[in-house]
Amino acid sequence: MGASINSVINVMRRELAGYFSTPVAWVFIVIFLVMAGVFTFYLGNFYARGISDMDPFFQFHPWLYLFLVPAIAMRLWAEERRSGTIELLLTLPLTTWQAVLGKFLAAWLFVGLALLLTFPVWLTVNYLGNPDNGVIAAGYIGSWLMAGGFLAIGSCMSALTRNQVVAFILSVVVCFGFLLSGLPMVMDLFSGWAPQSLLDAVANFSFLAHFSTISRGVIDLRDLVYFALVIALWLMINTFVLEIKKAD
Amino acid sequence: MNELKIEARELCKRYGNLVAVDQLSFDVGAGEVLGFLGPNGAGKSTTMKMLTGFLTPTSGTAVVNGHDIVNDSLAARRCIGYLPEGAPGYGEMTVRKFLEFIARVRGFQGKAALDAAAAAIERLNLRSVPEQPIETLSKGFKRRVGLAQAILHDPQVLILDEPTDGLDPNQKHEVRRLIRDMSSEKIIVISTHLLEEVHALCNRAMIISDGSLLVDDTPAGLIGRSRYHNAVTLVVEQPERVASVLSELPEARKVELREGELTVFPAEGKRLFEVITDAIRENGWAVSELRLEAGRLDEVFRQITRGEVS
Repeated sequence: MGASINSVINVMRRELAGYFSTPVAWVFIVIFLVMAGVFTFYLGNFYARGISDMDPFFQFHPWLYLFLVPAIAMRLWAEERRSGTIELLLTLPLTTWQAVLGKFLAAWLFVGLALLLTFPVWLTVNYLGNPDNGVIAAGYIGSWLMAGGFLAIGSCMSALTRNQVVAFILSVVVCFGFLLSGLPMVMDLFSGWAPQSLLDAVANFSFLAHFSTISRGVIDLRDLVYFALVIALWLMINTFVLEIKKAD
Repeated sequence: MNELKIEARELCKRYGNLVAVDQLSFDVGAGEVLGFLGPNGAGKSTTMKMLTGFLTPTSGTAVVNGHDIVNDSLAARRCIGYLPEGAPGYGEMTVRKFLEFIARVRGFQGKAALDAAAAAIERLNLRSVPEQPIETLSKGFKRRVGLAQAILHDPQVLILDEPTDGLDPNQKHEVRRLIRDMSSEKIIVISTHLLEEVHALCNRAMIISDGSLLVDDTPAGLIGRSRYHNAVTLVVEQPERVASVLSELPEARKVELREGELTVFPAEGKRLFEVITDAIRENGWAVSELRLEAGRLDEVFRQITRGEVS
């Protein structure tokens, strides 16, 4: 048990160090912060609303993640395939699942770091008014969980190909589907032929619905379980994809 | 402590209708340096990928030091050091960081991991580049980093896929020396399509073609299969006349004249060299070159892999 946790941590550390030894990390963090700022203050009418909360900040996160998270996830496995290091990694004494989990955690921690670096927005809100910081904390947790869901999808898509661009496009499309699965453009695909129970299930898949409950400050166990399940499911598919298609 | 041994049992790998490796069985023991020889696409790399746990066999299995590669893959991988084809490494990492990562995954902790990486750097003569990112290294250095990674945990079984491919002659020489230095008390399996390599490194050679084992022999035994084995080649004035005299010898089976070189092939079990030197002395021929052929590996290789008789 201890040894397997160590394996996960070793893979995670290497991956995380990899982000910071290339420009990827800095480019991502800068773009993330700039975009988050632009969305919050211009599109979100942060000042004009006259309410001291971080709703304008969080409400754009799903859309920000839709493009930025696949950009982080696309290299996870596609790059290993392209450079051949997948053969090195998966012949070391660790299981495929440990490698998948380690890489995912690295990317997730990295996104978490980018998220933490948005603290000036939080400082601003607290300077201007008296927000409910519990709600803000819940918003951060929800946002990070949602990023994890996007990342798990992106990691899995990245395992399908050695081409990072293909991985990026695939994950944007799948993430988009998950994001919107409560909305008509996805529901119309199912209504008319699928039973009501399936329609309800699909509607329940929406990231948006679960994220908005959490970001309103309501930490419902069901929403936490939902994101945990989404992450676990996609990482399991990810492992399975690697197991059946290790070499090209 | 398990016995040092690789036992492959009817290893098979199929991709749809394509059979990459077909019912391959063999045993390798301590001290053996086994060379997989074969044309490109023969199944050498696929076999190695199965032995190291990267690919799962379609059927059959192998046992490495008592650990089944299918059911007990992690234990098998622990006793193996593997250099994949092309020596891949994480380009953005420095040599030292990369080796420390490998050491930690191999179970070294804390200072032991740093020491193991440092020792591998010393061993593979990487002292001049430990802080350089791997992607900035020359091919020769990259290959050495790959070898350093493979030997870091002092594995009992080393599996090296084309360890000298693409290196210049000096680098080849050096990598071969490194492999030879490690070869006692270990099992080393290398794959190559270079015949000289088998000769230089291995004490056993397996020729594989289309996924099947064609020949399993020592390099000397392989050379012995050459029709040139123990033939005598000479460069002489008036070769046609000499050829007609030599072809009368009872020890000679056949005489060939090619590009000014006269090659005499011995009859079954006969020695030619002494007979020919006697003939040269008696007839007073002006010989400018005379050599006993050991045999030609490339010819044996072609003959076996293509069923070609030249």
